[in-house]
Amino acid sequence: MLSIDGSFLDFKQLDLLALRQTPVHRLDPRAKVLTTLCFIVCVVSFDRYQISAMLPFMIYPAVLMAVGDLPFGYILRKIIIVIPFALLIGLFNPVFDRQVLMQIGSLDIWGGWISCFSILIRAILTASAAIILVAITGFPAICEALEKLKMPQTFAVQLLFLYRYIFVLTDEGVRTARARQLRTFGNRGLGIRHFGSLVGHLLLRTWERAERIHMAMLARGFTGEVHSSRRPSHFGRTEVLFMAGWITLFILLRLFNAPQFLGGLFTGTMP
Amino acid sequence: MSHHIVHVKNLQHVYPDQTVALQEVSFLIHHGESVGIIGANGAGKSTLLLHLNGYLAATSGEIIIGDDTLSKETLPEIRRTVGMVFQDPEDQLFMPTVFDDVAFGPLNMGLSHEEIEARVTEALERVDAEELRNKPPYHLSGGEKKRVAIATVLSMLPEILVLDEPTNGLDPHARRQLIALLQAFHHTRIVTSHDLDMILELCDRTIVLHEGLVMADGPTMEIFGNDELLKTCRLEKPFAMQSCPVCSPGKQTSPKQPPLVAPHSSKPHDHHHDH
Repeated sequence: MLSIDGSFLDFKQLDLLALRQTPVHRLDPRAKVLTTLCFIVCVVSFDRYQISAMLPFMIYPAVLMAVGDLPFGYILRKIIIVIPFALLIGLFNPVFDRQVLMQIGSLDIWGGWISCFSILIRAILTASAAIILVAITGFPAICEALEKLKMPQTFAVQLLFLYRYIFVLTDEGVRTARARQLRTFGNRGLGIRHFGSLVGHLLLRTWERAERIHMAMLARGFTGEVHSSRRPSHFGRTEVLFMAGWITLFILLRLFNAPQFLGGLFTGTMP
Repeated sequence: MSHHIVHVKNLQHVYPDQTVALQEVSFLIHHGESVGIIGANGAGKSTLLLHLNGYLAATSGEIIIGDDTLSKETLPEIRRTVGMVFQDPEDQLFMPTVFDDVAFGPLNMGLSHEEIEARVTEALERVDAEELRNKPPYHLSGGEKKRVAIATVLSMLPEILVLDEPTNGLDPHARRQLIALLQAFHHTRIVTSHDLDMILELCDRTIVLHEGLVMADGPTMEIFGNDELLKTCRLEKPFAMQSCPVCSPGKQTSPKQPPLVAPHSSKPHDHHHDH
């Protein structure tokens, strides 16, 4: 089983991937953020029983992964972490939605099964797009792009700090949990009551750290605004082409069910 | 700008819960001096440091840095003059990459991109961390973090460096490296630490705090030579000044401990010390 410890350490790898130099890494972050956003909106806006029409969307993560020279196995492992959450959402669909939509031989396929499967595919598509976006752009650059796209700076700074300190905080949390575990000898300790004070301590520690960080910021002349040190990136013709190309494709794929259309060409029956 | 003095006059600080952290502290530090501030836990060292760049406001007394008395108006200038390096570098490095972090101060000062670039490069070269510039802070080792944390204040060209426990948590090699680095600086330096050997090497002058009072203020060697003073203030001589357990086992601080090597051993041992 993947431990939290391990999977967070792994996120550092994502940062290193973002330092690579490939054509997609070099694109202006804004283009990548907007394209990914458009991709996600198209995917989630499908009808809940839709499966086949979503499959061609796989092309976007696949192409980026290939051009961005990303390790497939690593990205796959990141996606697998997300899947249980998606399954949890779709879990009860087959119980409540027993409308028969399809029959394979004598086997009835309920609508619930199809919608559950549809949720799963959506999760895989959107999670992979988001993870790949971070891997080819880098989290700080994404925050900066969002800020340039008129997101309030406060949110951008919040996100940056979250990303910076999530490792420190998980470290602290893991150490606390380990200290507790070592003294409970495999029992549950004092159960939930104990857990409350543990989490409370973690909160207080976080609070203190926030105070110290603020102190360090003030000591260096912080006045409420975080200035960007990066040179302005260029939104040029490549970016426009990248966005226009992908977004047109997404809209076409969203409006026309490509697999059905292709199938129709071969069998000669149009829906 | 030649006289960057730090003048603390009758400083008192009482925390909101009525704890008296500083009863009365006064001292004058001249330009280019390197001063160690030592004392037991709870002696008021950290509280004192937090006053030096105006994070805490004095209950009474005043602080003069250069020509300015610390007040709301002079705060920005004083924060630029006094470079504060905190104990935990994790708190000081909050930006996504080392470069961003070192550039944070200069950016707040409103410098141009070219100037910032130059300052960051210079500060990182100064601490021997040029190759780390694009790394995120959590990819650094403890010693690297500490050096980068120092670079983040160097880039603001401070005249006075205040360091809280700089050698805390460093391995012997990283500690050595850091001491050598700090020795090379010409800034006025104020260092607090429990690492008294480091103070001995780095500071000519030492101020001893005890329960919010200045117990002693003078040449470091003199202070560490005063056994009685150290004992009252819950301190101990630096190891470099204690007798060597091998060559003079009789004069050890804890006489019950057996000597590491039998004194009547037939073969004379090779052993050096460099104090």
